[in-house]
Amino acid sequence: MSTTDTSGRPAKRLSTSGTKRVLPGFGLSLGISLFFISLVLLLPITGLVIRAGGMGWEQFWFVVTDPRVVASYKVTALAALAASLFNCVFGLLMAWVLVRYEFPGKRFLDAIMDLPFALPTAVAGITLATLFSENGWYGQLLSQIGIEVAFTPLGIVIAMAFTSVPFVVRTVQPVLEELAPEDEEAAVSLGASDATVFRRILFPTLWPAIVTGGALSFARSLGEYGAVIFIAGNSPYVSEVISLMIFVRLEEYDFPAASAIAAVVMVTSLILLLVINVWQGRYLKRLNGG
Amino acid sequence: MATPKHRRVGDSPMVRRLLIGTAVLLTVLLLFMPLVLIFVQALSEGWAGYAGNILDDYTLDAIGLTLVVALMTVPLNMVFGVFLAWLVTRFRFPGRKVLTTLIDIPFAVSPVVAGLLYLLLYGSNGWAGQWLGEYDIQLMFSWPGIVMVTVFVTCPFVARELIPLMQQQGSEEEEAGVVLGASGWQLFRRITLPNIRWALLYGVILTNARAVGEFGAVSVVSGNIRGETNTLPLHVELLYQDYNIVGAFAAASLLAAIALLTLVAKAIVEWRQSRV
Repeated sequence: MSTTDTSGRPAKRLSTSGTKRVLPGFGLSLGISLFFISLVLLLPITGLVIRAGGMGWEQFWFVVTDPRVVASYKVTALAALAASLFNCVFGLLMAWVLVRYEFPGKRFLDAIMDLPFALPTAVAGITLATLFSENGWYGQLLSQIGIEVAFTPLGIVIAMAFTSVPFVVRTVQPVLEELAPEDEEAAVSLGASDATVFRRILFPTLWPAIVTGGALSFARSLGEYGAVIFIAGNSPYVSEVISLMIFVRLEEYDFPAASAIAAVVMVTSLILLLVINVWQGRYLKRLNGG
Repeated sequence: MATPKHRRVGDSPMVRRLLIGTAVLLTVLLLFMPLVLIFVQALSEGWAGYAGNILDDYTLDAIGLTLVVALMTVPLNMVFGVFLAWLVTRFRFPGRKVLTTLIDIPFAVSPVVAGLLYLLLYGSNGWAGQWLGEYDIQLMFSWPGIVMVTVFVTCPFVARELIPLMQQQGSEEEEAGVVLGASGWQLFRRITLPNIRWALLYGVILTNARAVGEFGAVSVVSGNIRGETNTLPLHVELLYQDYNIVGAFAAASLLAAIALLTLVAKAIVEWRQSRV
């Protein structure tokens, strides 16, 4: 697993082993960190893997391919995809407006972007459910044009979009800030239209950040629970997300099924985490001129 | 802006107005109005009704338990975060990158899965649970379980804030301190801490916000016993499902107020850091 670290190490090792470690606390901080990570993270994860592994392949497969569970994978993945696509567009717009323009209220706008991370998900959940309910502020207006949000998959998308708003904004913002203006100004002064310059010059530098933010938003949305359950209606096969599915199995005291589904969800999110980390590492290297 | 201004993309007044207008409108609809709704609903029975809802015995119990959970979780994760950040930014060793990836796991894993991990291990038929049961120690469906999952869910925040900053600052100052004969504690107290204090503070604030507001993981291990294992977010859910909407929003308004303080704190910390 540590292959990523070994490439540049031999040279550095020579220099550090020659002078010994200068700063104190290596043993202490290594001990505390390993103890904490093993106890808090690795031990419970191993527990789940053993529990799910102990149930036999056939039963495992039976549980995780149950039609109701498969329906919840689909609902979750599609809603998360829709929510992160929305956030790619919205996040790019917000990052652009916050970096490029000066206007009254800008600092407030910038600060409130982080609200979804600061607000507890259950609070977001009941708030969105109330806003979009039949006689809620938004629900009333939307029902007049025949759109129903509460208790439909659209409600799930909105809840997921809300909770993952900051990801794209905060990954694109720094890239836009550090963008060198020369190419852009040259193209504009040569008479290229705004749309052309954006497509040919700006977008190629921005898209890796947009993809990173979108992927983070997608990963977060896959696991979202608190914000979703209040607005989703949670009817089997239609608007049940995967986290809720695990919860339902737990309430039926079907621990093996809950563990098996949780194992699928966990492995998926760990793979996603790894892919995002590797991708981010590459992309940062390229940004730094590597 | 001393240099003559060149025209850049999106500089024309019309595009500018259109983009700012759309951004403001969407932000108001998506983020600001929900915030307004929380307080409008909470106060819909007047201030007296609001006070009555907050001072309800079960709500006060939930506030108390939530504070206890935060008070136990935050210091623990702060100490761990500082040690981990010190380890990965001040030393090179094999497996360093693995550690920084491992620490992201709680961000990637669904809160419900996080709760389940602990329930399986420490529940009455888990390994650790059975062993502890022999000594009559029950962790799940009681407050220690809530603290444990909250520690899991919030452990990355402090380290995530500190690592990029400490990496960027480098270790020259601390190395100079060692040469001058400082002890480890003096080094941390006099050099490292002053350099990282704002990022550390923000990491602690984020940890606290999440510890106070965690819902999915806590709801798996709590058992929702009113007055005993009900944290504030769980209490919000309970009230909402009892159709006590005003009561639910009154309790939610406290959490929303903490969220707003978190945003203000972030703005202040960023302002302080930009002045350094």
